[in-house]
Amino acid sequence: MTEKTLIDARGSFCPGPLMELIAQLKSAEVGDEFEVLSSDKGSANDIPEWVEKAGHELVESREDKGVWHITVKKKR
Amino acid sequence: MRILIIGGGMGGTILANNLARRLSSEIKAGKVNLTMLSASEKHFYQPGLLYLAVGQMMPDELYREQVSLLEPGIAFHVDPVTEFHLDENQVKTQSDRTYDYDVLVIATGSRVNMEEIPGLAENAEMFYTEEGALKMLKSLREFEGGRVVVCVGVPHKCPMAPLEITFMMHDFFKERGILDKVELYYTYPIGRIHSLENVAKWATPEFDQLGIKYETFFNMKEVDGDNKILRSEEGAEVNYDLLVTIPAHKGMEVVESQGLGKDGWVPIDRLRLNMEGRDNVFAIGDTTNLPISKAGSTAHFEAEALGENIASMVKIGQPVRDYDGKVFCFIEAGKDRATYASFDYLNPPDPKPPTRAVHWFKVAYNQLYWASARGLL
Ligand SMILES: Cc1cc2nc3c(=O)[nH]c(=O)nc-3n(C[C@H](O)[C@H](O)[C@H](O)COP(=O)(O)OP(=O)(O)OC[C@H]3O[C@@H](n4cnc5c(N)ncnc54)[C@H](O)[C@@H]3O)c2cc1C
Repeated sequence: MTEKTLIDARGSFCPGPLMELIAQLKSAEVGDEFEVLSSDKGSANDIPEWVEKAGHELVESREDKGVWHITVKKKR
Repeated sequence: MRILIIGGGMGGTILANNLARRLSSEIKAGKVNLTMLSASEKHFYQPGLLYLAVGQMMPDELYREQVSLLEPGIAFHVDPVTEFHLDENQVKTQSDRTYDYDVLVIATGSRVNMEEIPGLAENAEMFYTEEGALKMLKSLREFEGGRVVVCVGVPHKCPMAPLEITFMMHDFFKERGILDKVELYYTYPIGRIHSLENVAKWATPEFDQLGIKYETFFNMKEVDGDNKILRSEEGAEVNYDLLVTIPAHKGMEVVESQGLGKDGWVPIDRLRLNMEGRDNVFAIGDTTNLPISKAGSTAHFEAEALGENIASMVKIGQPVRDYDGKVFCFIEAGKDRATYASFDYLNPPDPKPPTRAVHWFKVAYNQLYWASARGLL
């Protein structure tokens, strides 16, 4: 069974939502999903760019009232 | 009311002194009991390690007797906590004692975690301990040239350390007259050279101007010490002659093993600083799970907000303010220039061009810190 874990990084500039995601992905299982909540608009670009470079999957990226919801699946 | 503070580092000390002053009459009258438990009789000024690694400070400047920093009215014991019984409002310690509390504050800091990257501990220099910083100084002095690779794990304490050590090594090799034989190669986990966007914007042209090379989206995977190769999670490889790491961190083992929070990070409310689901347990400093900088200044500003709130809870039965996410970090940009980043939950930092004046202010702060820990600054 895979789970979707919420990473609430709203209001964070440092170490930043992406770093939170990277740290959590390292200790996760392949197939696990993470939904990052971020109010930092840079994350909407950063996270998909890293996900592609690192070979994971971007499941969804959407904005809702100034908060980005970015869902990522660990692929390797 | 019994207030128990676990940890005599930056956060715990500033909080204890803040409370001792605000509640001095209640402590004298026996209405409040303020106790601190720590793992060491010494107080350790960790930011000095950066300077130790490049020969600009000596180890004896980094330590003071913890009791010499504490206000009267604080009962201090060197007796590390081994068990947390939060449902019973108790902790147990190494000496087999039980301490009961009404309010608990956890400020046990963080520790380096090198084990998860194979080959890192054996092959990289690391200045996050006194022993590591002295070993690194020796390596830097003996280095004759080649590629120096800086590699960074997350999360780590002191957000500016990767940039600072790179700038400082640049000037160190310049002073040694071997800069032309050295290639500085900086790697960073995300898509720019610092997690704070404006800090990255400031530092990138500085790196370009000094000829410091960089690779982003580089998360350490393993070190092949025989062939002197560092590999990344993203599939990249880089050769090194000297490897310097800012390793990933975890919270303290006891916090993790007692189930207080994953990887030893205590989950707290970002405004009130109380542990999730508990009204009388708080955490400050490095050991929180807040996705903000693990820095002494974070611990300092959290301690001030929490001190005000615990004192007001004693006096009027309710807290008076929220922690606003404030952090202030100096950024050394070499051996004699520095700038700073000041930010909070709502306002990002905006570092200015580095100056000598800011560097000298940081050098002065390295001594003024002892007054700051006492709560005088
Ligand atoms: C190289 C380096 C450079 C840095 N530079 C800067 C800088 O320029 N600016 C800045 O703001 N920050 C800087 N920092 C970060 C700063 O030192 C930390 O963020 C800060 O010390 C955190 O404070 P703390 O109170 O959370 O933890 P600490 O200061 O680490 O204190 C933790 C305390 O808990 C005690 N303890 C541990 N386990 C137990 C236990 N089981 N029971 C009881 N007590 C326990 C320890 O003995 C210690 O007294 C730097 C750090 C390093 C390593």
